[in-house]
Amino acid sequence: MSARVVVDPITRIEGHLRIEAQMNGGIIEQAYSSGTSVRGLETIVQGRDPREVWAFVQRICGVCTLVHGIAGVRAVEDALDYKIPPNAELIRNLMIGSQYVHDHVMHFYHLHALDWVDLLGSLQADPKKTSELAQSIGTYAKTSPGYFADVQKRLKGFVEAGQLGIFANGYWGHPAYKLPPEANLMAVAHYLDALAWQRNVAELHAIFGGKNPHPNLCVGGMPCAISLESGKQAGTALDVVGLERVRNIIEQMHDFVHQVYVPDTIAIASFYKDWFQKGEGVGNFMTYGDFPAKGYGDPESYLIPTGVILNRDLSHIEPVDLDAEAEIQEFVAHAWYDYKAGKDAGLHPYQGETTFAYTGPEPPYQQLDVENQYSWLKTPRWKGKPMEVGPLARMLMLYANGNEQAKTLVDSTLQQLDLPIEALYSTMGRTAARTLETALIVDELQGWYDNLVANIKSGDVKTFNETLWDPETWPKKAQGVGRMEAPRGALGHWIVIEDGKVANYQAVVPSTWNAGPRDAQEQEGPYEAALAGHALHDPQQPIEILRTVHSFDPCIACAVHISDPDGEEVLNVQVQ
Amino acid sequence: MPHEPTFGGLLQSQGISRRAFLKFCSTTASLMALPAGIAPAMAEALASARRPSVIWLSFQECTGCTEALTRSSAPSIEALMFNFISLDYHHTLQAASGDAAEHAREQAQHENAGKYLVLVDGSVPLDEHCSTVAGISNLAMLKEACANAAAVINIGTCSAYGGIPMAKPNPTRAVAVGDIIKDKPIVNVPGCPPMPLAITGVIAQYLTLGRLPELDHLGRPVAFFGENIHDRCYRRPFYDRGEFAETFDDEGARKGWCLYKLGCKAPIAYNACAHIKWNNGVSFPIQSGHGCLGCSEPRFWDIGGVYESVATGNFGDSAKLGAAAVAGAAAGVGAAVLARRKKTELAAHEHSSD
Repeated sequence: MSARVVVDPITRIEGHLRIEAQMNGGIIEQAYSSGTSVRGLETIVQGRDPREVWAFVQRICGVCTLVHGIAGVRAVEDALDYKIPPNAELIRNLMIGSQYVHDHVMHFYHLHALDWVDLLGSLQADPKKTSELAQSIGTYAKTSPGYFADVQKRLKGFVEAGQLGIFANGYWGHPAYKLPPEANLMAVAHYLDALAWQRNVAELHAIFGGKNPHPNLCVGGMPCAISLESGKQAGTALDVVGLERVRNIIEQMHDFVHQVYVPDTIAIASFYKDWFQKGEGVGNFMTYGDFPAKGYGDPESYLIPTGVILNRDLSHIEPVDLDAEAEIQEFVAHAWYDYKAGKDAGLHPYQGETTFAYTGPEPPYQQLDVENQYSWLKTPRWKGKPMEVGPLARMLMLYANGNEQAKTLVDSTLQQLDLPIEALYSTMGRTAARTLETALIVDELQGWYDNLVANIKSGDVKTFNETLWDPETWPKKAQGVGRMEAPRGALGHWIVIEDGKVANYQAVVPSTWNAGPRDAQEQEGPYEAALAGHALHDPQQPIEILRTVHSFDPCIACAVHISDPDGEEVLNVQVQ
Repeated sequence: MPHEPTFGGLLQSQGISRRAFLKFCSTTASLMALPAGIAPAMAEALASARRPSVIWLSFQECTGCTEALTRSSAPSIEALMFNFISLDYHHTLQAASGDAAEHAREQAQHENAGKYLVLVDGSVPLDEHCSTVAGISNLAMLKEACANAAAVINIGTCSAYGGIPMAKPNPTRAVAVGDIIKDKPIVNVPGCPPMPLAITGVIAQYLTLGRLPELDHLGRPVAFFGENIHDRCYRRPFYDRGEFAETFDDEGARKGWCLYKLGCKAPIAYNACAHIKWNNGVSFPIQSGHGCLGCSEPRFWDIGGVYESVATGNFGDSAKLGAAAVAGAAAGVGAAVLARRKKTELAAHEHSSD
């Protein structure tokens, strides 16, 4: 029997994502991924002062807040060959690193966990046994029976009140939930703890950037001057007290990741080993690299290396050139845009065009026209090939490059779960890679902090390079790319500057790589490829789709592009 | 249908003492500038209530406003969801997806007709195909959800005033919620994102007192948006003395001198950043060295460059203020005079409505 299963909205993600699955006898034959909302940020920054573009493009996303701002300032700095002081690089590394930790933990507990954890199942748990379970897997301080009994009591009261709120209509009791009641209760307790924890660790961004979400940055360094005045009112938040608070937050991050997040991931994964065998995706992986040790201009010094892995072959890494016109291109064959050169053309971001050409059904609609165009996401390709980006790609790249810590983390986890390395190419492999990457990054934070403090002690308090601040000093025309590894994967912002203004701007973001529609050759994107072949136990409760889509950590506001100044809107819809 | 327990019973079952609850009420009362004696009455009102239904609609947004909500510590997101409201529809947090999620929304609208709150983040495109959820345009979903709502609270500058999607050239013909919904009480809680306390404070006041807060001429709660950031800024004395940072890390920048010359928009921005501060009070944008973007003001993305001083930018309706700031820059009085006048007007307004 052929039927279409539609899941819209996909919740517990950022943005507006729709999945349509063409079924064949309970199995997904073809999956279609659609971004259903656009705003137009790339158009909006045209003609503006390149120094302020970071503030606009940072609003691409408030979940992976910061990262588009970083890509935005790096794009301008790359175009102008604008060097930033070592302290600014260290502060940016601290902010990006802590963004990974914050984002990945929240993804695991607040966006992804309920795919594996049966909230109502936790009501049957024995708090004493839950305590024993928690003590057997980690060293977290909160493991007493009383702690779990208290959480269970609160939850019970909440459920009995009959208003489930955000937990209403979940697929509770679905046979796909495999955790024993005690593991469910432990995870629910940590769901709540992580909510409180994230509130505290976000303070790190506020000290350097004034607030979180959407901390402030600047082209040429960082705007947070280091103030060593103490004993009277400090000049800035980055004084002795602020620095000590940063150190303390790093400690809190480290403890939660190692004592709670890592053990919980492994414990939950051990009940879902079948999910290490499905949901692979396209088998190609790409990273742009990040965390410079010797400056943005020296990719060799990055903690996370750059490269492409094809067909799972970890023995060979292809180089990636973000400036090469034939490497990274975006296609619109199945997206609601037109190109001057036709629907089948591919354009490098420097030449990017984004002209609206909506051909989908007028809302309200039941189904998209998946044979033709079906998404506001474009289709990025590297040398014509689909690429998966994100934590799994990064861990594989580190592993293939022989990074000792990555090898230890991956090998010991696989050994604990008694799984081969091929298990990584899967839904649960992707989720586990995100956790292991967090463990790796959280261990780097202290080093960056120590270097920053050492510089300050030695008298170097420089955080900003003013030499190229004045647009009068710039060449008439310049172009550059701001690359980074955002929590969700390889992120690039390409800018063309003319006469001190933005002449073109294109962002190609992680979720566009992962969630984009098919290309002109009908090659599926990673979401689509990963979902194909999934069996749905109950099409009315498609929890299997959620598990695999959430394993990518979708960020759809990020992924959608909009028109450039040459773009014409070709469709004119009358407002009712 | 399960029996509907009272709020007081819930508190008891969840181990929250009456004393702790009263403390929350009095904190809320003081934040919202309500008489201190009102706390017991608030507690009384809440103790007999079923948790009010809240439907959170996400349109052209970046989820930064939801993230801001999760950063709130008074009350925390946990306390809010478990104790004070029933968050029946919220894309980022809710367990259910697809049809099950839409049913949750429809059910909440049906069961709580006339009583539920609609919270919105994100602007609404008049080009309806530019943003859909469940195949329904944002415009249609907004109208449907608001039809039986008690009130609408716009969370963030995008839903309040159009925000970044509406910035020139407004490629999707985005508008604010207030441009569409005309027959419901609307509160704007702007900011990019708003201060967490402003979000939860407005909700808490509505829940405890059953009415919406006092608003300014832009629909914002006076309690959080009644004061000028420049007036409340710890760097204000340097402005008054004419001591300005010239770059982001010169001596003045390190000493905390005024960021006016680096484009700080505090003189035209009304928000609580300078006195409540962000993220458990550790800092706010100016304290971390960058000028205020003025993100609680309508059209702030188009009111002049981020690094242009307020006197030289194109500040539209605020031109008078900008000119005054220029004239008074040496003595540092211009913006302050205007801001104070505005404050006085608001105070008078507040008084007359008592």
